[in-house]
Amino acid sequence: MTETKRNSAGKPSVLILVFIPALFFAVISSLSMGYLSIPVREIFCILLDPVFNLPLSNPDMAETFRAVILDVRLPRILTCAAVGGALSVSGVLFQGILLNPLADPYTLGVSAGAAFGAALAILLNLSATYVSIPIFAFIGACATLFFVVYLSYSPNQHSGGLSSNNLILSGIIVAAILSAGISFLKFIANEQVSVIIFWLMGSFASKTWLNFLVILAFLCIGFSIAYYYSRDLNLISLGDRSASSLGVNQKKVTVILLITGSMLAAVSVSISGIIGFVGLLVPHMIRLVTGPDNRALLPVSLLAGAILLLGADTITRAVLPHEIPIGILTALIGGPVFCWIFKRNRMR
Amino acid sequence: MGITLENIRFSYGAQTILKDLSCSFKGAGFHSILGPNGSGKTTLLDIVSGFLRPDQGGVFLDDTPITRIPKKQLARNIALVSQNFSVNFPYTVQEIILMGRHPYIDRFSHPTKEDYHMADTIMQRTGVDHLKNRKITELSGGEKQRCVFARALCQDTPILLLDEAFSNMDISHTLHLLAILKQEVHQKGKTIIAVLHDLNLASEWSDSMLFLKKGSILAQGNTTDVFTQEAIQAVFNVNTKVEYNEYVQAKQAYFKAS
Repeated sequence: MTETKRNSAGKPSVLILVFIPALFFAVISSLSMGYLSIPVREIFCILLDPVFNLPLSNPDMAETFRAVILDVRLPRILTCAAVGGALSVSGVLFQGILLNPLADPYTLGVSAGAAFGAALAILLNLSATYVSIPIFAFIGACATLFFVVYLSYSPNQHSGGLSSNNLILSGIIVAAILSAGISFLKFIANEQVSVIIFWLMGSFASKTWLNFLVILAFLCIGFSIAYYYSRDLNLISLGDRSASSLGVNQKKVTVILLITGSMLAAVSVSISGIIGFVGLLVPHMIRLVTGPDNRALLPVSLLAGAILLLGADTITRAVLPHEIPIGILTALIGGPVFCWIFKRNRMR
Repeated sequence: MGITLENIRFSYGAQTILKDLSCSFKGAGFHSILGPNGSGKTTLLDIVSGFLRPDQGGVFLDDTPITRIPKKQLARNIALVSQNFSVNFPYTVQEIILMGRHPYIDRFSHPTKEDYHMADTIMQRTGVDHLKNRKITELSGGEKQRCVFARALCQDTPILLLDEAFSNMDISHTLHLLAILKQEVHQKGKTIIAVLHDLNLASEWSDSMLFLKKGSILAQGNTTDVFTQEAIQAVFNVNTKVEYNEYVQAKQAYFKAS
């Protein structure tokens, strides 16, 4: 008995203790990599400078290094890690609510809504595009979510209410309509079509500290809400009757977590475009290690997602000869990995 | 402890499921609910457990309307073994059974030693302890059902609702769990309300019976009084012969297609 107890309680905390230094290591090594390679020692000097006032070993390059690290790489890297974490937490929530280990943050059409909003902003050529695109994307994502919930909601318990089948079906219908809308926008966009396409493929290039603060704030709030309801989410997987008889207010928890997950996905999409497979793959892989208990799955997925997406972004930024959109990279790597996991589970 | 239903009416849209139904289940005892498919048995349990709200009428736990009892508090009084025993994520059997302790555990604390001990004892009693570390998704239907049953026992409530809780179990496990229920009734004074399909098992094991047909009660009372040829014929529309059986020491029914 004590053995299984230790297993279920010990594993996640060990994983968290491993993943936090791993994330730190990933951030530092990613900071040093790029067109301009910066030694790790210099990075520490620059980062710790405000506190210790350390001199750089190479004073000629000091200003360049400082600008590259603090204004270019650090905001991009931190934004990327936070988006990776947000997409993974969102994935855990969607898989839990929809009772489907294959659901992801985009299942309910959040990505299509964000893409439609962004495409519209680009097409209308709104002034200060870099502000208007994220805002339009966010509004598009939220509007889509509320429409999907509205479609699947019914006050009558018997017709399923917010059942996972209803939600998935509504999500598919709305996403299909929106993707036709996006095609139409591309069709009438003429020369801006490449801007739309490029935005849809996702990128972390030229992310600012403001982007990071926005996503960090949403991530903190979203994760706290998710963790607060994590045990209720565990019970929801027993089915609505059983969850209800164990004292869970299933409808309330579903709506709250649905909104939380969608907000995380919407903010992520509005900041970095559509990055697929992270929200699907990370919770799926982590569940194989931690088991399905959301109290362990949520924090470990957050860290793993941050490390994974940061790794992918560093590859497109620093390793490949030419920067490619990160959405393409995650799909090209994530897709086959997912096929492998999926097939392996079938073969057991 | 007891459950009282007063003038319950429930409908899905235009279709009336329960018509002005009143009954009560009081004190220690095994009460079974019998009736043909679609007679409203599951709906009746859903209303008792508070999962569905009746259009009219009220459900009372002792004298308190259950709508006034907070959900977690209610879960410490009424447990349900529902018909649907599928779980979509690979929790271990132990984790599933510990979920029965949910109503007693604060939001940010973990199961105590006592919770683990209780889960262990119940796993042994219900004969699922050898499955303890197996994943629920890998078990057979009957095994899953036994785990769900154990989870409801772990909830340690004075009232236990069973909705066809034995439908996938073999006869040996069914009898074993029925014997556990009988013990719970005698030792802890539990009130058990079970929807059953097997009339003869119901006659052998239950103290009282309630026959439901098209949303109305046709008969309710002590098993020996209610379990009659006439009642069964009226409820199920089959030719029946009821006689006392020495071997099981209860009335048993025999059926013939008309």
